[in-house]
Amino acid sequence: MHNNYFKAIMTLVRKVGMHLFLLFLGFWVLMPFLWMITASLKPPELFNAPPHLIPIYFHWSNYIVAFQTAPFGRYYLNTLIVVLGIVPSQLFLSSLAGYAFARLNFWGKKLLFMLLLSTLMVPMYVTIIPSYLIIKKLGLLNTYLGLILPFAVSAFGIFLFRQFYVSFPKELEDRALIDGCSRLQIWRYIFLPLSKPALAALGIFSFLFAWNSFLWPLIITTDPKMWTIQLGLAMFSGKYTTHWTPLMAGTTVSVLPAIVLFIVFQKYYIKHLVLSTRLG
Amino acid sequence: MIGTFSIFPIFYTFYLSLTDWDGFSRVRSFVGLNNYIRLFSSASFWQSIKVTFYYAAGVTLLSVLGGLVLAAAINTAGRLMFLYRIVFFIPTVTSFVAAAVVWRSLFSPAGFLSDTFRSFGLSLNWLGSPILAMPALILVGAWMRLGFNTVIALAGLQSIPKAYYDRAKIEGAGTWHIFRFITLPLMKPMVLLLCVMSIVDAFLVFDLPYVMTGGGPVEATNVVGLLIYKNAFHYYKMGFASSIAISVFLIILLITLIQMKVFRFGKEA
Repeated sequence: MHNNYFKAIMTLVRKVGMHLFLLFLGFWVLMPFLWMITASLKPPELFNAPPHLIPIYFHWSNYIVAFQTAPFGRYYLNTLIVVLGIVPSQLFLSSLAGYAFARLNFWGKKLLFMLLLSTLMVPMYVTIIPSYLIIKKLGLLNTYLGLILPFAVSAFGIFLFRQFYVSFPKELEDRALIDGCSRLQIWRYIFLPLSKPALAALGIFSFLFAWNSFLWPLIITTDPKMWTIQLGLAMFSGKYTTHWTPLMAGTTVSVLPAIVLFIVFQKYYIKHLVLSTRLG
Repeated sequence: MIGTFSIFPIFYTFYLSLTDWDGFSRVRSFVGLNNYIRLFSSASFWQSIKVTFYYAAGVTLLSVLGGLVLAAAINTAGRLMFLYRIVFFIPTVTSFVAAAVVWRSLFSPAGFLSDTFRSFGLSLNWLGSPILAMPALILVGAWMRLGFNTVIALAGLQSIPKAYYDRAKIEGAGTWHIFRFITLPLMKPMVLLLCVMSIVDAFLVFDLPYVMTGGGPVEATNVVGLLIYKNAFHYYKMGFASSIAISVFLIILLITLIQMKVFRFGKEA
């Protein structure tokens, strides 16, 4: 009897201990965000006062200062336009090409698919200089199209959809083929409506990619009017190195959409993240 | 599209690496392997390769070990599991730029981290010191990588059939033995994969040092990404920058090939 009690207590202690351990680590992992929000609400002259992590001041004017010193509104708009260009085209082209690779038989399909997969291993530095030269040649420096074009479709997206469609049963479209539907109709009316999980996953992937990308906008935009949110933030931080309070306000504004969207779509995101590592 | 922006550029970059060109002028002289000869005798190049390996090794070690420990802990958390998974994953979805700005302020003299260290009697100038700047970058890089590794390791742990553990317990195996003879062998391929993915990703880092240190102090954090960027888009040495890019490509390829070899070896054994 005593022994059982002892065992139960030990299990409880272990459980509580594990949660305490996780909470402790969770605190340290989220600490930078707490710090960012708190600092964004401090009066500027108090930044050098002893640091604290819970907001005790609510100096909202830092946000106004941030938006006045740097055109964050404009950066937001630019990023939004780029995101609205990249995400739908990624979804459309990837699902169409994924369907082709999963269902159609055409000459050189295997080779093309291998080539596609091998581009996943090529580091961006190898492609960035020629990509820049192409965009320059097309006269697309400092344009939205130049920011969108290289990322309008990705090998990763095509691969994701191909894997997804290959798992569909053949019977699904047999009937439709007999009835004389075209391949395009089958994709549009049978495959696409069933693709919600893959669409959600690639949607959030490409959104985060477009929202967070930095190197490409840095290279092809020289006009501050075309800067995206990450580029604007980096330039702001380079210029006003120690104006911490408006800087933290700007940073808060820039990370919020990504975190909110991730939390909403995390189920799809994490599931496909795990699947994507299986290909290695 | 992929043809234009992924496949064609590989060959074009290789071609450019054999030329001397500023990206504008009509003159583009073919210089053969001259860029490579210059590259391999350049101290900056070897310095950048060294610090990039330092960064990649640091981030990989910290984030893979941390991810495994976290995954093991979260795996026992029951219903709260999904909540912890979100919490630890949030840094991974924030941008490198935002992370760099926030951590720069944490490391600044009035920052929370500097203050915490000061309370232990350590007054350190993190980003201004050639010795401490890289460890500071590694800490941030690992912080951003941790969530990814945790989630993948957690999925790996959960894919181990529960029956194995039940059986082992019935036969009287202790916690250590279960870990040593069930968890460890079954997780080995996944740990290896995580290591390779982390190394390759970290090797290509750019945003973080660009915003946090700009490569300094004294080239202490001048990773190859920065070296390529500066040569191509500040000094307009497209040919020379291309030869660095091709070298990086070969290094990554080598790492991947070693991984494949080790994997095959692991399967036979």
